[in-house]
Amino acid sequence: MWQFFHKLGSPKWFYGIATRFMPWLLASGLLLLAGGLAWGLAFAPADYLQGNSYRIIFIHVPTAFLAQSMYIMMAVAAVVTLVWRMKLADVFVKAVAPVGLVFTFLSLFTGAVWGKPTWGTWWVWDARLTSMLILLFLYGGVIALDRAINDEKSAARAVAVLVLVGVVNIPIIKYSVNWWNTLHQPATFKLTEKPSMPVEMWVPLLLSVLGLYLLFGWLACLRMKTEILVREQKTRWVKDLVMAGRG
Amino acid sequence: MHPIRKKRLTIVLFLVAGIAIAVALTTYALRQNINLFYDPTEIAAGKAPQDVRIRAGGMVEEGSVQRDPESLNVQFRVTDYSASVPVQYEGILPDLFAEGQGVVAMGRLNAEGMFVADQVLAKHDENYMPPEVAESLERAEKRKADAEKAAQSASY
Repeated sequence: MWQFFHKLGSPKWFYGIATRFMPWLLASGLLLLAGGLAWGLAFAPADYLQGNSYRIIFIHVPTAFLAQSMYIMMAVAAVVTLVWRMKLADVFVKAVAPVGLVFTFLSLFTGAVWGKPTWGTWWVWDARLTSMLILLFLYGGVIALDRAINDEKSAARAVAVLVLVGVVNIPIIKYSVNWWNTLHQPATFKLTEKPSMPVEMWVPLLLSVLGLYLLFGWLACLRMKTEILVREQKTRWVKDLVMAGRG
Repeated sequence: MHPIRKKRLTIVLFLVAGIAIAVALTTYALRQNINLFYDPTEIAAGKAPQDVRIRAGGMVEEGSVQRDPESLNVQFRVTDYSASVPVQYEGILPDLFAEGQGVVAMGRLNAEGMFVADQVLAKHDENYMPPEVAESLERAEKRKADAEKAAQSASY
């Protein structure tokens, strides 16, 4: 177990394993996402109240879900950076932050587009929407702080502390709809109960979430590989790799 | 675990716990501001200020919607099933507005206890279902109500 942990810390080993997994992640992710979206957007039944406009849920929920779970993964990586000083954990945070920013923006945007026909407004300052906006700023802050510090090691620690400070926002996003009066409705999916939508609606939704997860895995590997190459450019194995690529 | 790492882990845990407590206390203190709207119960208990722009939220009471045929004026009652507040609004209502559906209205509470709204937003719940299911649910409920009525009249 510890050996695996140490191996995971080696950028070279990760580079190899990521290269092997990436085509599978991409293929399965695209397949699931395309299947889930096609099923949800074209074949799932309409809602009794909202008609077809509820279908944006098949994009809104996966992006919002990913935006939050990415932040949790970044927080775990931040703990590893601070406690074990593992380089790869910092590479992960740097590679994922811009992806998280984009996904948070997408979930806010699709939420606004959904809010206009159903609620009658693009935006309202309720707890769920506001805490999600704070998540967007946190991602932006992580990226900016990382760019602002030149020294790689100090940047890694500063960014890790910021990520950990921001992680308290995640339970606030999750439970905002239960703790306070909000315009946003409570979660359709609960851990302990059956989802409050029929099977032919939640299965395509689940497929889209899983597909987006796998695609995110692919994108994270791709971005981490690039970051590793930049950081390890002076090492023997990267030079060999580049020479082999050229030859 | 290496002692230095143990120490670092402790510091990290203290950091996160400290921030969590600070944020929890702040949000607890500000809970009335974080709430988007007042319930009818809170308004009936006099917790909502008069003549200040506030939001009131709840369900539109069944059979309470009165539309003025001459204008866009509409009156309805917002309820949380323990208290209700009369609301007056002039304007176009969102598509999802209906009796028995959730709404959040923004406006002022006047001295007579009437909520004068300048914006009405529809609130929907977390339940989704196909129209056929909703219809059959409604039919089943009606059948049940009819059966109950029949049983009641039979017993007289």
